[in-house]
Amino acid sequence: MTAKEQNKNPAEPVAKEERAVSKVKLIPVYIMGRRYEVPEGLTIMKSMEYAGYKFIRGCGCRGGTCGACGTVYRKPGDYKLQVALACQKTVEPDMYIAQIPFFPANRAKFEFEELTSAPEEIFKIYPEIFRCVACNACSKACPQGIEVMDAIAALKQGNIAEAARLSFDCIQCGLCTSRCFGELAQYHVLQLARRIYGAKIAPKAKHLSRMVEEVDEGKYEEFLEELKKASEQELKKLYQERETEPMTAGEDWVPKDTTYL
Amino acid sequence: MSVTISRKKLGSEFVKKVKDISGQNLQLCYQCGMCSGVCPAASNMDLSPRQIIELARLGFEEEIAKSKTVWICASCLACTINCPRGFDLSKLMEAIRLLTLRKNVDHVRPEQISLDERSELPQIAIVSALRKFTG
Amino acid sequence: MTGLAYYPGCTLKTKARNLEEPAIASMEVLGIKLEEISRWNCCGAVYSLSNDDLIHQMAPVRNLIRVKEQGKNKVVTLCAFCFNTLKRANILMREDAEKSNTINSFMNEEIDYTGEVEVMHLLEFLRDEIGWGDLTQKVRRPLRGLKVAPYYGCMLLRPREVAIDSVENPTILQDYLRALGATPIDFPFSARCCGSYQIVSSPDDISGYAWDILSSASSQGAEALVLTCPLCAYNLGQGQRQFTEKHSGFKEMPLFYFTQLLAIALGLDPALCQFQLNYAEPELLLREKNLLP
Repeated sequence: MTAKEQNKNPAEPVAKEERAVSKVKLIPVYIMGRRYEVPEGLTIMKSMEYAGYKFIRGCGCRGGTCGACGTVYRKPGDYKLQVALACQKTVEPDMYIAQIPFFPANRAKFEFEELTSAPEEIFKIYPEIFRCVACNACSKACPQGIEVMDAIAALKQGNIAEAARLSFDCIQCGLCTSRCFGELAQYHVLQLARRIYGAKIAPKAKHLSRMVEEVDEGKYEEFLEELKKASEQELKKLYQERETEPMTAGEDWVPKDTTYL
Repeated sequence: MSVTISRKKLGSEFVKKVKDISGQNLQLCYQCGMCSGVCPAASNMDLSPRQIIELARLGFEEEIAKSKTVWICASCLACTINCPRGFDLSKLMEAIRLLTLRKNVDHVRPEQISLDERSELPQIAIVSALRKFTG
Repeated sequence: MTGLAYYPGCTLKTKARNLEEPAIASMEVLGIKLEEISRWNCCGAVYSLSNDDLIHQMAPVRNLIRVKEQGKNKVVTLCAFCFNTLKRANILMREDAEKSNTINSFMNEEIDYTGEVEVMHLLEFLRDEIGWGDLTQKVRRPLRGLKVAPYYGCMLLRPREVAIDSVENPTILQDYLRALGATPIDFPFSARCCGSYQIVSSPDDISGYAWDILSSASSQGAEALVLTCPLCAYNLGQGQRQFTEKHSGFKEMPLFYFTQLLAIALGLDPALCQFQLNYAEPELLLREKNLLP
């Protein structure tokens, strides 16, 4: 069945049991309320594709870091809502699944360069953080196990560094906001906290600043020009004869050519 | 002011809800006016605290809705501790506010707080205002 | 040095550092180390007054759970607003079995809590566990000649079940001031509300409340007010700013936190008091009275 035919007849499943490969156990899962049988051991995402769904949203890196595939599921007989990333979580029998590929969370507009590192900047941009009632629904909804409530609490106390530290693993899936009683967009607020921390609070590596200065002053211009002009043979030779720091080198090791140190 | 009391109003949903949310026995009040006397905001109110209880007890939902009284109450509890009948008026004020807030009608929006205020107000001011005046 | 669990509250970490810093240093002089509980969250500032909603109780209860799970059975706060919320939530958990059950079942990621912790305001602690006599003995720079009006506000005294002193005729702040060598000035509006959260929704009303309170204190001869709450400090400070334009004869009144007076009286470095965060230059008054080193 072509995609066009599938669109006309959504009730016709593409995956039928005849496709099942022998020796692979099939387990039932419920995708968007509809029952399918999928091979055990697949991730939620793969099992949805096995069932015939084609992802045009709610799918990204397939590697657990982009936050596109936020998924909510439930097991029979249990009222608890559980969360996972579809690309990471393996299916379990009778999982009742729905995806949250996008949530209309408030993403405020601001000029980042004009912000200082004071916590009041965040209070100005996202005053709704004061609606947090510490219900912890956000932390329960986080597939990365982040203590979202604690991060917002730290922000209310003016501690941007702590908020940045606690929310480090955030992948911006938005599940926290979907469950928030106070209707704040935790993942946007905490991203701002991390940005302010990185750009304006975290100590800057001095050697990095110095390197950037040297580049701006043109210290490497000549070297780069030479490389650009070099032929393929010359480049190969330079590469093969390059000097690398030995594994056993001490703090005092220096290369033979110290021009660019 | 003159009002018409009716059985329909006395037994209305409004009265039931106000009793449930406040957990108070509205029949306790004998209109002594002590609450109005000690209320620091009374001079700014259109309906006095004493009038609010009576109107609530009798089911006058619209008159109360038109009034700004519950929205300028600061929950200072002076009324509560001074009531000779042990009626907690602060809880009645909260119940009336909640009837509006729970319909998703906010009294204060964060956008109404100016940027300067968001920066200068102590956090407890914004937290408490949003808790009291948003749903 | 005895440890004492301490709940700061969000404002004390930013705008009201001038309430917290002198407290920590002063309590050390008195042999107590204020130990901030870890993983605390905003207590919600106001106690929810509705009978049927429990979600707003979660914030203060969670903090009490933190105290319990960190092995402490007592927690002290400096901010009167936080004190009131935590204490009222505590009473709820102790007295209402059904609600306490529901809250505990909902917060199933936390240990159960049924009111095992005692909530105290620092003034109570100073009166009941240190004692005015012992406090006076530690005073190095008695606040002689400083006429201070004790401003209780609402949250230390209302409702009755949380009051740290008599609701109608409290004396704890006056006793405290006397213990530090200052002269307490009684005035009729010492427990009248400053307007609280109305500063956000009806800010024009605040200058009226501030005028009632401050003009009364001033007419009784007070030179300053002593406070226990950052919202009172903001409202009375802002209120003063607004009405000094209308009432040009009024002399601005410095507003001290009770912990700042404690630090000065104990002879600590005034820099701890962070007076730059106060309203109306309290240092000028202290210098006039020869109370600064």
